[in-house]
Amino acid sequence: MLRIRNLEAGYGRLRVLKNISMHVKAGEIVTIIGANGAGKTTLLSTIAGLIRATSGEIRFRDQEITRMPAAKIPRQGCVMVPEGRQVFASMTVEENLLLGGRALEGGAKKELPALLARQYEMFPILRDRRAQLAGTLSGGEQQMLAMGRALMSRPSLVMMDEPSTGLAPLIVRDIFQIIVRLREEGNTVLLVEQNAKAALGIADRGYVLETGKVIIQGPAEDLLANADVQRAYLGREKIE
Amino acid sequence: MTVELFIQYLVAGITYGSIYAIVAIGFNIIYNTTGIINFAQGEFVMLGGMLSITFLQLLPLPAAIALAVLCTMAIGAAIEMLFIRWLVNPGVLRMIIITIGLSILIREAALHIWGDNVHSLPYFIGNEVSTIAVLGARVSPQVLWVIGVCALMVVFLNVFFQATSVGREMRACAANRTAAILCGIDTRNMVTLSFVLSAGIGALAGAVMSPITYTQYDIGTGLAIKGFTVAILGGLGNSLAAVAAGLLLGIIEAFSVSIVPLAFQDAISIAILLVILFVRPHGLFGSSAAAGLKEF
Ligand SMILES: Nc1ncnc2c1ncn2[C@@H]1O[C@H](COP(=O)(O)OP(=O)(O)O)[C@@H](O)[C@H]1O
Ligand SMILES: [Mg+2]
Repeated sequence: MLRIRNLEAGYGRLRVLKNISMHVKAGEIVTIIGANGAGKTTLLSTIAGLIRATSGEIRFRDQEITRMPAAKIPRQGCVMVPEGRQVFASMTVEENLLLGGRALEGGAKKELPALLARQYEMFPILRDRRAQLAGTLSGGEQQMLAMGRALMSRPSLVMMDEPSTGLAPLIVRDIFQIIVRLREEGNTVLLVEQNAKAALGIADRGYVLETGKVIIQGPAEDLLANADVQRAYLGREKIE
Repeated sequence: MTVELFIQYLVAGITYGSIYAIVAIGFNIIYNTTGIINFAQGEFVMLGGMLSITFLQLLPLPAAIALAVLCTMAIGAAIEMLFIRWLVNPGVLRMIIITIGLSILIREAALHIWGDNVHSLPYFIGNEVSTIAVLGARVSPQVLWVIGVCALMVVFLNVFFQATSVGREMRACAANRTAAILCGIDTRNMVTLSFVLSAGIGALAGAVMSPITYTQYDIGTGLAIKGFTVAILGGLGNSLAAVAAGLLLGIIEAFSVSIVPLAFQDAISIAILLVILFVRPHGLFGSSAAAGLKEF
């Protein structure tokens, strides 16, 4: 589904991602874990086209998207739920969702009502709040709105950047349950998390990112059992 | 003051106020999608009047105005595509300098094309002396044209922004540019569209007001200052508040004529602008929280 080869990207002169290679297969949950500043957000933003790669290649469903304008990438079926939710605060919940359906092409637009109903079924709280301004929702509700908005375009790959950050443990559990349900329904998820234990708990495979490089990769169980990973990311002290 | 005089001042205030409101809304539309103030906004109004007057030599009045509005919209699009689009992360100061430069450029071009004479469109109905009675006072029918067209534009813009999907996308672009891109919205096209819309409403206002206010190559500057005052007064980016603020400024100006000499009329809006910038920089109707989020 997604294949990245020798990717390099950064901000101006600052090189953040160094020679990253990874892949995501259809139907998988793949997680990227790493400390603050490791380059996780930069990696997702580069895939989403918000940051230009300086070298390397990103292929999505057998098509090169490395230099595709960011606004075209959702139409290929690759969407991102950004860090910090980024809902349209001054617009209603329903408007936010409808905007997520913007990436649907021509004829698929007829499915908008059905897709809307589907998100309301998956996130019932959004139905109750449909006419409310997104900025007035709680953090957890905003996260669900951001996820629902991304799902409105029936994507084949959903990238999520730290969906659990800043949420109460009970809500975090809900969010992870929804991600598992997404996979059960045939979706593919690329999940960036600092909450490494929870992420590896639901993922099929994982990559550990450190200062812009992939240092360890493998099946989620292996990573959970890996001594280095345990020491750095699964320590007894809870990683926020 | 007699009731009749009062109504006459009031109507004059509402007329100018609705023009200021349209100029302010033009500022707001571009500000909302780009975060920049387009100081060439007043020039769109001038172009709407001047082009209508020119096209009237070849076409009937409604067609001349329609063509003038379309041409001004094309100029708005061209400005955005030539001078704004290719800038990566333009600073506020740089944008201000660019738009002020553009306004000077357009004004000088207008001076070459139309000279420094005062031009005007004919009255849409009747002539300078025809009047109709409004609550006992006599006002020109053109005044009702100006107020009516400006009111219609406000209604149209509201419907456009609230009820159409393109309008919704423009608001999304204003609310959160990155999220809009992630939804697949080409934000650069939205920015172009905001210039086209602003140019269009400015030009239409410029055409309907031309019979009573006249059109000269340099009217844009004064209108931009008034419109900017109104935009700030209402709280930048808030278009309904701009209507209220526009009417307020127009009415204050109209009544001030009976208190201060006419020559000082323009000083009033500058004084209001300065006071607002010092006391309530987020506008009369805006919230300070929203103002804090904006870099201007
Ligand atoms: N907009 C930016 N401009 C410059 N440097 C940035 C920017 N965003 C992030 N960085 C830098 O890039 C590195 C990686 O950041 P990021 O991808 O956000 O990490 P993570 O998401 O893993 O916490 C950090 O060193 C950070 O300081
Ligand atoms: Mg991050």
